[in-house]
Amino acid sequence: MILTGAQILWECLVREGVDTVFGYPGGAILPAYDAMLEFPVRHVLVRHEQGAAHMADGYARASGKVGVAIATSGPGATNLTTGIATAMLDSVPTVFITGQVSSKVLGTDAFQETDVTGITLPITKHNALVTDVEDVARCVREAFAIARNGRPGPVLVDICKDAQQAQTEFEWPEKLDLPGLMKTRAPRAADLQHALELIAKAERPLILAGHGVLESGAGEALRAFVDKTQIPVALTLLGLGGFPPSHPLCLGMMGMHGEAYVNSAIQRADLLLAFGMRFDDRVTGNLKTYAPHSKKIHVEIDPSELGKNVKVDVQINADLRATLEALVPVVAPKRHEAWVAEIAAGRAETRSRDILHQDHGGKLYAAHVINDLWEATGGNAVVVTDVGQHQMWEAQYYRHEKPRTLITSGGLGTMGFALPAAIGAKIARPEAEVWVMAGDGGFQMTSCEMATLRQENLDIKIAVVNNGYLGMVRQWQEFFYDKRYAATPMLSPDFVMLAAAYGIAGHRVTKRAEIAPAVQAARASGQPALFDFRVEKEESVYPMVPAGADLHAMIRRPGKTEEEVSA
Amino acid sequence: MKHTLVARVQDQPGVLNRVSSLFRRRAFNIESLTVGGSESPEFSRMTIVVDTARAPVHIVAANLRKLVPVVEVCDVTDLPTVTRDLALIRVRCGPGARSEISDLVSIFRGRLVDVGPESVIVEVTGDQEKVDGLVELLKPRGILEMVRTGKVAMVRGISASNGNGNGHQDTASQGE
Repeated sequence: MILTGAQILWECLVREGVDTVFGYPGGAILPAYDAMLEFPVRHVLVRHEQGAAHMADGYARASGKVGVAIATSGPGATNLTTGIATAMLDSVPTVFITGQVSSKVLGTDAFQETDVTGITLPITKHNALVTDVEDVARCVREAFAIARNGRPGPVLVDICKDAQQAQTEFEWPEKLDLPGLMKTRAPRAADLQHALELIAKAERPLILAGHGVLESGAGEALRAFVDKTQIPVALTLLGLGGFPPSHPLCLGMMGMHGEAYVNSAIQRADLLLAFGMRFDDRVTGNLKTYAPHSKKIHVEIDPSELGKNVKVDVQINADLRATLEALVPVVAPKRHEAWVAEIAAGRAETRSRDILHQDHGGKLYAAHVINDLWEATGGNAVVVTDVGQHQMWEAQYYRHEKPRTLITSGGLGTMGFALPAAIGAKIARPEAEVWVMAGDGGFQMTSCEMATLRQENLDIKIAVVNNGYLGMVRQWQEFFYDKRYAATPMLSPDFVMLAAAYGIAGHRVTKRAEIAPAVQAARASGQPALFDFRVEKEESVYPMVPAGADLHAMIRRPGKTEEEVSA
Repeated sequence: MKHTLVARVQDQPGVLNRVSSLFRRRAFNIESLTVGGSESPEFSRMTIVVDTARAPVHIVAANLRKLVPVVEVCDVTDLPTVTRDLALIRVRCGPGARSEISDLVSIFRGRLVDVGPESVIVEVTGDQEKVDGLVELLKPRGILEMVRTGKVAMVRGISASNGNGNGHQDTASQGE
C-alpha cells in the first residue's frame, strides 16, 4: 500500500488505539491535517497549544491510555512545551506530534523553524526528528512503546513537511528494535526476603503510597497488603485515590500541606515502606532530619529514583503491583494497635483545628466549598485542579475513594492546567462527572479553552475558587516576606459574564448555604456551568511545612487544644 | 571520587547530545568522555569518567541507562581493566635535540610522528598516569600544543561472547 507520510502517521496512530487527538493546525503540519479527514479520529481544536498538551495529559491520566497532541512547527511546538514538561514531571504517557519545516531547509532559520527536538530533549523521555518518509511508521510506533514503557512519560515526534508529503510503501513495523528500552524486572527473592524481615520486626511501620500505585494498577494489591499487615498508609498528592480514605488505616496526604499527624507519624516511624513514590522535596522537607528513626524499603520502577534523595535499606527495582502480589501471600499478619492509636490521637487534635469545625462567622471558606462539593457529588467526581491554595484544599477536603479521580499537576506545578486537562479527562471518560477546580489566577491562564469546551459540547462544571489574590504566593508573602504583597492582589473579570460570553451558565456564590442548591441545580441541567465562589481573601493553607524545613516543623492553624476537644 | 563508566549506545544521530544534555541538567560532572566505534556497526561505545561528588555513581549510571539509545552501562571502576589514553604533543625542539627527545619518548613507548624545523609531534599511548608522566618530562622543553583522547577502558580477562561485550552485568538496572 503506497501512502504519504501524513497518511502513515494517522494509520499508525489508529493502529496504536488512538481515537482522539488535541491540536491546532499550521503550515508545517498541514499535510497531516489534510490526511486526517480520511481517518476515524476525533480532532479537538484547542485555542492555544498549551491547552492541547494539557488535554492529552488529562486524557491519559483519566484513562490510563496514551494521550496525543499535535501542533505545527515553531510557535506551535514551543507552546506545547509547558504541557510536555508537566507530563514529564508527573510521568504521564503522552505522544506529541509536531510539524517541522522541510528537511531541505532545516537549519536555515526558515519561517516558523525552531529546533524542537533540541528544545524538548530535557523534557521528554525521548524524541525524534523525522526527515525521511521511510522513518515515519517506525518513529511513531516507537514513540508509543517508549511512552508506555516502565515509568511512563512524554515522547515527541517532529516530522518534516516533506516527509509528510512524500510517498512510500507502508509497512506496519511488527517488531520494535529498541534494545535500550528498560525491561521491567520481577522483584528479586533476596530483596523480598529482606523486606519481609524488616516488616516482621517493625513496631511503627508506615506505608508511603505514591503515583506508582495508580500507574501500576496496584490499588487492590495494596489493600490486601494493608489488610494483612495492618500498616497505616500515607499518600502523596499524586497518590490520592490509590487507597480509599474510607479505610480506617488511610491517613491522607503527607508533606508540605499534609496533615500534622501524618507528617508526625513519618517522623516517628521505625519503618517506611515507600511504594511508587520518589521522596520529592515537597514530601520530605529537610532531608537531613527526615524520618530519622526509620529503616526504609523503596519499591520503584525507575532505578534512577532509588537512593536519589533518601538512603534506603531495601531497594526493589520492580513493578509495584508485581511486588505487592509477591509479598501478600508470604507476609505475616500483624497488628500495630499502640502505633495506630497514637496516630489516631493526633488525628483528633488535627480535627479540632480544622476550619470546618471552627466558628466561621458566616464567612465562606474554600474548605466549605470543597467539602460541600464533595458531599454534593457523593465523592464520585473526577476533579481536575489547577495549582495553588485551592489545589491543596482540594487534596485535604475532597476524599477520593477511587484511582484516577484526582487529576492535578504535582511535579511541575503548572498553573493553567485544570480547564484543558479536564477537557481531556471528560473526553476520555464521558460518563464521569468532571469538575474543574481552579483559582482565579490559574483559571485565567487558559480560560480561552472554555471555547473548546463549548465547541465540543462537553458537560464540565467549573469551580473558580476566587479570593482576589494569587493565594499561595500571597500566603508565602504573609509567612515569609512580612506580608509585603508584591504583585499578588489580582483584578479578575466578572467570571459569570465571561462564562456567558462562551455560552456557559455562570453562578456567583457568596454564602455557604448557596453552595449545595446551586451545585445540584447545575448537576441536574446536564449542561456546562461555571461557579464563581467568592471565598475569604486572606485564608491560608494549614498546616504548612516551610520549604526546606524539618517535616515536623509545621505552621499550624491556631485551634482548640486537645483538652478542649475531649471536654 | 572518580568513576569510570562504559556505555554501549545505539549509533544514531544525537546520542552524544542526549548524554551531554543529561549530565548538564542533572549537574553531573564529566571528567572525560570518549565515544567511538565498537565491534558492531550498530553500536558505539562510550567511556565516561565522572566525578561522583554530587551524585552517587549508580544514580549517574541509572540515568544514563534511561536514555533510549543507551543499551547498557557498566561501572568498571573497581574491575580489572585495560585503560588507554592517547596524546599527541607538539614539543619545541631544534634539530640538535631530536635524538634526545626521541630517546626520552621511547622510554614511554611513544614515538615521534612528525618533525618540523623547530618542533616535533610526539605520540604516546598508555594509561593516564603514564601519559601524565611523559607530559611532565616534556614540559620544561616547551609544550606548544597537546591533544588527548581521554580515557577508553575495557574489562580484562572476560570473553565478550556472553553478549554484552563487557563480560558482566549491566550496572544501571540493578538499582543499587
